[in-house]
Amino acid sequence: MHKFSLLDGLVVPLDRANVDTDALIPKQFLKSIKRSGFGPNLFDEWRYLDHGEPGMDNSKRPLNLDFVLNKPRYQGGQILLARENFGCGSSREHAPWALEDYGFRVIIATSFADIFFNNCFKNGLLPIRLDAEKLDALFKSVEANVGYKLKIDLEQQTISAPDGTVYKFEVEAFRKHCLLNGLDDIGLTLQHVGKIKAFETKHHAEQPWLFA
Amino acid sequence: MGAQTLYDKLWNSHVVRQEADGTALIYIDRHLVHEVTSPQAFEGLKLSGRKMWRTSSILAVADHNVPTSGRAQGIADPVSRLQVETLDSNCAEFGVNEFKMSDVRQGVVHVIGAEQGATLPGMTVVCGDSHTSTHGAFGALAFGIGTSEVEHVMATQCLLIKKSRVMQVVVDGVLGKGVSAKDIALAVIGKIGTAGGTGYAIEFAGNAIRALSMEGRMTLCNMAIEAGARAGMVAADETTINYLKGRPFAPQGELWGKAVAYWNTLHSDDGAKFDQVLEIDAAGIRPQVTWGTSPEMVVTVDGCVPDPAAISDAVKREGAERALNYMGLVANTPITEINIDKVFIGSCTNGRIEDMRAAAEVARGKHVAANVQLAIVVPGSGLVKLQAEQEGLDKIFIAAGFEWRDPGCSMCLAMNDDRLSPGERCASTSNRNFEGRQGPGGRTHLVSPAMAAAAAVAGHFVDVSAI
Repeated sequence: MHKFSLLDGLVVPLDRANVDTDALIPKQFLKSIKRSGFGPNLFDEWRYLDHGEPGMDNSKRPLNLDFVLNKPRYQGGQILLARENFGCGSSREHAPWALEDYGFRVIIATSFADIFFNNCFKNGLLPIRLDAEKLDALFKSVEANVGYKLKIDLEQQTISAPDGTVYKFEVEAFRKHCLLNGLDDIGLTLQHVGKIKAFETKHHAEQPWLFA
Repeated sequence: MGAQTLYDKLWNSHVVRQEADGTALIYIDRHLVHEVTSPQAFEGLKLSGRKMWRTSSILAVADHNVPTSGRAQGIADPVSRLQVETLDSNCAEFGVNEFKMSDVRQGVVHVIGAEQGATLPGMTVVCGDSHTSTHGAFGALAFGIGTSEVEHVMATQCLLIKKSRVMQVVVDGVLGKGVSAKDIALAVIGKIGTAGGTGYAIEFAGNAIRALSMEGRMTLCNMAIEAGARAGMVAADETTINYLKGRPFAPQGELWGKAVAYWNTLHSDDGAKFDQVLEIDAAGIRPQVTWGTSPEMVVTVDGCVPDPAAISDAVKREGAERALNYMGLVANTPITEINIDKVFIGSCTNGRIEDMRAAAEVARGKHVAANVQLAIVVPGSGLVKLQAEQEGLDKIFIAAGFEWRDPGCSMCLAMNDDRLSPGERCASTSNRNFEGRQGPGGRTHLVSPAMAAAAAVAGHFVDVSAI
């Protein structure tokens, strides 16, 4: 997994609530057995005017120029601003894979759906929850300023705006530690093999039908 | 220890160890696997050279990509076919128990798990699928996980998670005629919103829940995720135990007695504290129909499409406007005046025998309306299909002009060939009405099986409680 510590990135505003994982990456792309290459199909139905299918040459498809990702000023965006309940719907990890493959590293929203939020941390993406009021201010700033960037510091848990405003954000200590160091969860868990085996033995004795 | 909630009991009996910030390693009893979210996990395991911890905890099935007609010819789409073949070869390589496409036990993963008795009270159950919440109906802690976590469970039999808050939704009273578990679920979502349960596990309680069959409880817990709650739960009781007795994966003989004694403890204690409580009067719940592109955009069948102008919150108002535009609907239109093009009865939400019966009861002796181009009934599993045929339900559907299909996820998410064309409007018993969910440009209205069958017959939504 990628490490994440500091980012000074261009901000892209996606001003709608309840952005679901079907919108993030439509189902036809879930047929892939790989975990890379989803970036060109991120927000496929909003981003292109035609219907996308796996295997198409996305560079030749007609773009929906009204969609925020297609506006010249937002090319190269690394920070996505969104609203309430971002990433709701299915558990598909293809959603964070697509965001990451596109180039996003941080998503700032009022709230996130639980499974999506969790999946982000497994892929070096940092989801940040921010109050609606603060988000409103950021939406206004990004609309008003071409090339608007934010500095994200995970160690300090801060978002710094060009006008000098600093927003603090919360992140669970364990997730922060894993993200800062690019740690692999499975490797960490396997350091506790003894504890897992001991638990399993006790569990088996208490509920033998689970192991029949 | 003081009074505990059901969630506390399930959590406490599975904690292996805990980090200082509360992140815990919890042990997983049952791992359900399907073709869409597992290939990268199997691949990760192979690339790292790690072993699978407890292969016998896994039950695998292909459901998302499978065709619901002409199955003997195999899967036409080569990309879908490769994904299903990849599951087959991964299961063979690792020795995982898989129900293949030709097996009568094949079906939607959340239908077959319960049907086989592979989900038991007191278990932790995971699957790379958000509707894993379904299995909480058995007094289990069941929730959806991402593919990285699928690999994590395969390699360690554990997951790293933090304890959720717990919301109790109490539904007391008697449901009215034509009102089902689906309507309870949609009414709850309408009340708390699709983010209302974020960070929570929901326990459904009250005498209206106790009165539900296991099928109804599964429908309800299935939709907990649409309220934002990763897990839904119902305490184990006589209904649960009677349902499980004799199922292939359920304990037998002496173990059965021991298991039942334990299962009888799996309920929230009197005086247990919940982080939030919501009380709903069952008698006040009417048949529900969604009008927009989020399950919280829902009204009763006797209501109207709402007017965005009346919504004060700007983000919500714009969301409603966008939804009406996508859905091709005009504000203040009575729900019963909305005509439909297609009908889908099935899915992990409503693809069980009771759902088939409820829909057949409405369709019996009637015919699908002339303006409805296609009405399909997709049983949740091969065994549901078989039972429905033994009860003669297939004949009722076919005589009424419905197509009787083979089991799979089908038009719930349209990964196979069953899908809506742009602009088509569908009465669907599935769980999500997101943009493009049932096919690009498709317009989904979520309803119960009886409401879907009634809409198929009338050609527009009708109040099934008035039939």
